[in-house]
Amino acid sequence: MEKINRRQFVGRLGAGVFVTSLGGLLPRPLWAASGKPVGDLLKLTPQSRYDLNIAYQPFYLNGKKERIQATAINGTVPGPLVHLREGDEVTLNVTNSLIDTEHSSIHWHGLIVPYQMDGVPGVSFAGIPAGETFEYKFKLVQSGTYWYHSHSAFQEQTGTYGPLVIEPRGGDPIRADRDYTVMLSDWTSDGPDAAFRNVTMNDGYYNYQQRTVGDLFKDFKERGIQDTVADRLAWGKMRMSPVDLADITGADYTYLMNGNAPDDNWTALFNPGETVRLRFINGAAMSTFDVRIPGLDMKVVMVDGKAVKPVDIHEFRISVAETYDVLVRPKKDQPFTIFAESLDRSGYARGSLSPQMGLSAAVPELRPRPVRTLEDIGMGGMGSMGDMKMGAKMDHSSMGDGGMKASSSKQMTPDIPGPIGPEPFTPEDNVNAAMIVMNPKDRVSEPGIGLGEDGWKVLTYSDLVNAEGQPYSPNVDREMTINITGNMERYMFSFDGKKFSQHPGPYNFRHNERLRLWLVNHTMMEHPIHLHGMWMQIENGQPHDSIPYKHTILVKPGEKISALITPIEKGDWAFHCHLLYHMDAGMFQVVRVS
Amino acid sequence: MNLPTYSTVIGVLIVLLSGTALAQHEGHNMSESMAMPEDYSSPPAPVPEGQSIRKYAIDDEGTGATNFGVAPVHDNMLFYTFRADRFEYRSFDDGEVLLWDVQGWIGRDYNKLYFESEGEYSLDEDSFESVQTELLYGRAISSFWDFRAGLRYDFEPSPERAFAVVGVQGLAPQWFEVDANLYLSEDGDLSFGMEAEYDILLTQRLVLQPRMELEIAAQDVEEYGTYAGFTGVELGLRLRYEISRKFAPYIGVSWESALGETANRIENSGGDPDTASLVAGIRFWF
Repeated sequence: MEKINRRQFVGRLGAGVFVTSLGGLLPRPLWAASGKPVGDLLKLTPQSRYDLNIAYQPFYLNGKKERIQATAINGTVPGPLVHLREGDEVTLNVTNSLIDTEHSSIHWHGLIVPYQMDGVPGVSFAGIPAGETFEYKFKLVQSGTYWYHSHSAFQEQTGTYGPLVIEPRGGDPIRADRDYTVMLSDWTSDGPDAAFRNVTMNDGYYNYQQRTVGDLFKDFKERGIQDTVADRLAWGKMRMSPVDLADITGADYTYLMNGNAPDDNWTALFNPGETVRLRFINGAAMSTFDVRIPGLDMKVVMVDGKAVKPVDIHEFRISVAETYDVLVRPKKDQPFTIFAESLDRSGYARGSLSPQMGLSAAVPELRPRPVRTLEDIGMGGMGSMGDMKMGAKMDHSSMGDGGMKASSSKQMTPDIPGPIGPEPFTPEDNVNAAMIVMNPKDRVSEPGIGLGEDGWKVLTYSDLVNAEGQPYSPNVDREMTINITGNMERYMFSFDGKKFSQHPGPYNFRHNERLRLWLVNHTMMEHPIHLHGMWMQIENGQPHDSIPYKHTILVKPGEKISALITPIEKGDWAFHCHLLYHMDAGMFQVVRVS
Repeated sequence: MNLPTYSTVIGVLIVLLSGTALAQHEGHNMSESMAMPEDYSSPPAPVPEGQSIRKYAIDDEGTGATNFGVAPVHDNMLFYTFRADRFEYRSFDDGEVLLWDVQGWIGRDYNKLYFESEGEYSLDEDSFESVQTELLYGRAISSFWDFRAGLRYDFEPSPERAFAVVGVQGLAPQWFEVDANLYLSEDGDLSFGMEAEYDILLTQRLVLQPRMELEIAAQDVEEYGTYAGFTGVELGLRLRYEISRKFAPYIGVSWESALGETANRIENSGGDPDTASLVAGIRFWF
């Protein structure tokens, strides 16, 4: 943890290679350059040391300079591809050249490291003050596709993120002829401070897909007046909007693929018949994407950096902070569009897989934005005038109806009579929790809002089968429930009805215990919940030996989902919603492993 | 109205507010002062009832500052805003007025300090017809409601008057924006006023907004020509176009009328208890 002074650092820089196109306007990293062989991981050698310098950089979209400056790494957005090898002791020097900041930081998302190396200011260290360098040094005990990003203020939103790939020690078991990283993200033209303030003042500020009078009459016609009125009254009673799908939308955001706007058409080259590995990483601040490549089947081989049994699909949803590695095998000598629609259908990131530069396939139309139903948010029983009683009893016997997982746990853990299920939740005050879902549902096999109706196969969490083995016994020592709560109208977000600053202390995990963590989403939006420093194995209905590893779980509205966790690193760890503005609004907590 | 009363109430409000701020500050210090060495050698002990436990790991540098002196998130940010819900020109049979209805606040999620002003300026008579100002402390009390209390001071109509105010502001079921207050004047007269607004989206930017205002008095106050019972109502319908969320010009109609005994008295004295106006204005906030 030696501190490197500024002069030493400048001497070490020099490796900051980046390409510029459009007459030097677009600082994009070399690895993300269209059609360049250097973008292919197979042609790169892992390093054991990187110097990353975070500094302001003008940012250009469609040839025009943005009012908001990027907080770029080594001059580019996204930052350099940090390419490492499993088992290596690596040194990552991060310099904060953002002179006006309290601090900067880099968190290595998904990496199991000692907590002092985890890079969360106020939890694992003090942050990196302006002008200083922090030396991260740790041994890599894993391989796969990950990413890194700033955990300070809103720097992640303005470009302080990049991909991180760790090669397996004994060679990669996943065979491919080409290997590209596809990092999705969102760029705010209003700037993060303004955007955060705007949604705080007016929760629908960026939603230009609200229901209008025209939609009301359309519903009258399609669903009948009685049903429509009942539905509107139920939503009106909750004061929530069924078309509240994303806080920040395409009205502000430009969705990026490897730093390229849709019209820039980032391109990855292939020869027909080759197997191409695409490592999708969602490095957005607030945007969930639905990804497909029209004309090509995808085989999912890795999720959140962990190998899974290959699954053939046509589309997958990637929440903020997740990673999905897919294999595609284009046989035809033609270009294909890599299409990543935002969940609310207000825009898309786009690129191409092409046999040569300059070609592109048709870009699909955005699908209509979906409308949530009461069922979707776990309020299905409400009816038109149904009441949301706070004190209703939880039916524990019906909680274990998750099929396989319930019965298998029942047999194998005599101490624990099956999963107990989430504890009932009563918040101290409802300022922080505008909604309580009395009967949360298992939704692990649902593709999610707006998906699954197109006649093609969409990946769900229940399709994921861990291919890396299960080192732990199925015996569970303890169950714990964390409620995901919020108040969209006030733009307050929290766990268990308390913002971070309201919690009296951390959530306590015991070292090496086997913990079943229930996450219950009492909001009407999806939240990608990320736990630092340890894996969560989601109980997705697969046998215990096959439950998949995740570092980030997208929890659907009204969902209850359980994950088994073994905390192997002592220390304090961040636990939060990875939607940047939800985290900063209070959906953040410290988990203490001791 | 004597100014000392006004400043006394403001004084009380400031004390109340700073008390709240102090309480929050103390809460912050409490977590900091509980720094102690940590070796993670044994499982965490259960938290004793009513006692908080340390929130952060110790600082490696040994400075003694837990939390390493920085906050991981800023979930209690101070915001302030100024908004004009109605800022309009009104034309009716007997003349023209300018009307404003503005609100500013500064505060955090739970506690806010509001300043409000509403009034009318007659273009025919070149004078203010009504000037009402309020200074209120607001506290979030439920998911959608803020409790508010403070002081109102009417510069017009004269003579000037001061009121104590308690009320609620928030979002009622079915998306009605509601502001309802009880007023106790310096003379001990009690009255009640409420406003409700509703947005009907014709398109994503074209919004039709019905608006209702209702006033009730508990006793006769002859000096101001109001009598016990319903005293007045105003119904409005405005059509705005949101050029941006923060700036929307509008046109509309407004009908206001005195009610009950208040209306009778106006009629008896040969006046017209109701007025219909055409309005045009801008709604904005920043």
